[in-house]
Amino acid sequence: MLSKSQARSFFLGGTVVTFLAFIGLTVYSFKPSNDQSNHSQIDKKVVRGKELWESNNCMGCHTILGEGGYYAPELTKVIDRRGEGYVKAVLQSPVPWGPRGRKMVKYQMNNEDTEALIAYLKWIGKIDLNGFDRVVSPLAKDKK
Amino acid sequence: MKYKSQKVAYWFFGLCMLLFALQIVYGFIMGFARIGMDGLHDFIPFNTARAVHTNLLVVWLLTGFMGAAYYIIPEEAQTELVNVKLAYVQLISLAVVGVLAIVGYHFNIWEGRKFLEIPRELDYLVVVNVLLFLGLILATLYKGKRKTTTALVLTMGLLFAALLYLPGMIWFDSQVTDSFFRWWVVHLWVEGVWELIMGGILSYLLIKLTGVDREVIEKWLYVIVGLTFLSGILGTGHHYYYIGVNKIWLVVGGIFSALEPLAFLGMALFAVYMYHKGEKSHPNKIALYWTIGASIVSFVGAGLLGFAHTLPQTNVYTHGTLVTAMHGHYAFWGAYAMIVLAIISYALPNMTGRKRYNNKFGHAAFWFANVGMLGMTVAFGVAGVVQVYLERKLKMEFMDVQNEIMIHFVVLLLCASLFATGIILYIVEFFKYGKPTDEALVVAEA
Repeated sequence: MLSKSQARSFFLGGTVVTFLAFIGLTVYSFKPSNDQSNHSQIDKKVVRGKELWESNNCMGCHTILGEGGYYAPELTKVIDRRGEGYVKAVLQSPVPWGPRGRKMVKYQMNNEDTEALIAYLKWIGKIDLNGFDRVVSPLAKDKK
Repeated sequence: MKYKSQKVAYWFFGLCMLLFALQIVYGFIMGFARIGMDGLHDFIPFNTARAVHTNLLVVWLLTGFMGAAYYIIPEEAQTELVNVKLAYVQLISLAVVGVLAIVGYHFNIWEGRKFLEIPRELDYLVVVNVLLFLGLILATLYKGKRKTTTALVLTMGLLFAALLYLPGMIWFDSQVTDSFFRWWVVHLWVEGVWELIMGGILSYLLIKLTGVDREVIEKWLYVIVGLTFLSGILGTGHHYYYIGVNKIWLVVGGIFSALEPLAFLGMALFAVYMYHKGEKSHPNKIALYWTIGASIVSFVGAGLLGFAHTLPQTNVYTHGTLVTAMHGHYAFWGAYAMIVLAIISYALPNMTGRKRYNNKFGHAAFWFANVGMLGMTVAFGVAGVVQVYLERKLKMEFMDVQNEIMIHFVVLLLCASLFATGIILYIVEFFKYGKPTDEALVVAEA
């Protein structure tokens, strides 16, 4: 029958081994040769776009890379799907955007911020998502 | 109640009740917005309501864990808390940080990272607050006459939860890296160290309520938390399938996250077996309901419903849909909300000296809340599955699909009303107990 000290060893041993494996896999994932995100293409504009994405809590409604609020459309491939002009119109709209009945916050972004957010979304759209990019729909690619 | 300083837990539990009630209010705002009734959009848009709803969940659960620690640790360590005044300072500062964060969300002051929306400046206050809390708990344990496994597991969970908050405070230029390390906080909390906290509280409650020998319960506690880390740490990989990192996570995350239900199954079997094995018939049946209920519902919500969409072949379709909301609601309810309500139900009569347990209100609160949450989970599940089919198989537009599944949110709101009724009854009961008193020391020892 299992003793308490054996149970403790199972807990401590299992934790240490899996934690070390987890750290090892994390290091492996971020080796430049394993990069799937085109990390080198992240420039100041993309970083500014990410700042805007976060400071406006876009993820509170939309999803990106499948993560977010499930209330508004997935934006991973939005540039591919809608085009830059549409995205620009939404971000600069003087009234809350909501063509199908669900309102968006009115941002009225200036040109500089709009371009930054579009650069960010363009960078997002090129990430290799292990097949998810073909499922998260509807995509312009799938429609063709 | 054996130690006067345990009374401080009451005020943490009181704050819990307040924050939980507010969380439900914001949940309703989101539910109504989903069926087109978004009259509050100009003041509380969906992203604000969501940030408040999810952050209040995290904060009230953490407040409950802290209250549980302040109640359990003195009794386990057989000594008074080292400094009660500082515990009150910690409570007040926690409430201030929480209020500032929530008010800020209404004025676009946030970080916009799911579950971690608290702005960076407030993050530092959170760190100070948690350090103060941990200092008090660790010093009490150090001063104590005994160091039990239950107390150590609970404290270890709280300590690791504090440490794991730190990766979430690092800025990354890349969304992929940001997301990767955000899960170090969120996943390793809820599918890792929070389970230690749950296990510690569960172990304490089973010892008290069933009368089973401490050595037996604590031995199995080690096995369960061992299974938790064995599967949960590498199980983090199920969040990495489709966010732009290496394919190796499809294999690692798939295998280890599929093992995660084992810990919850162990928890459920552990609680039910100890209940049957116990010869003690504790009069506080409602605390027993919440305790056994937490172990079973956490297995269904976190274990089974998590397993339902954790394999990469399934998750590629369900990732980023309402299926996640289904799993999230029942998992948080079973694993964490119910265990906090269990420890409150157990501690209240002991702190106030009033044996109000087993009245109709208490039982109605349990059943209304549980049936309501089950109904909400089913509504989210049906909406999620339909969304997956229409959006990801039939390639329909997002908003067209949302309009198709709107009816499920009407059902969700009806079930949420039943759930809210249960929670209101629970909160009414909480306040009916009155404030803690030193006289309860005599009652408990009599």
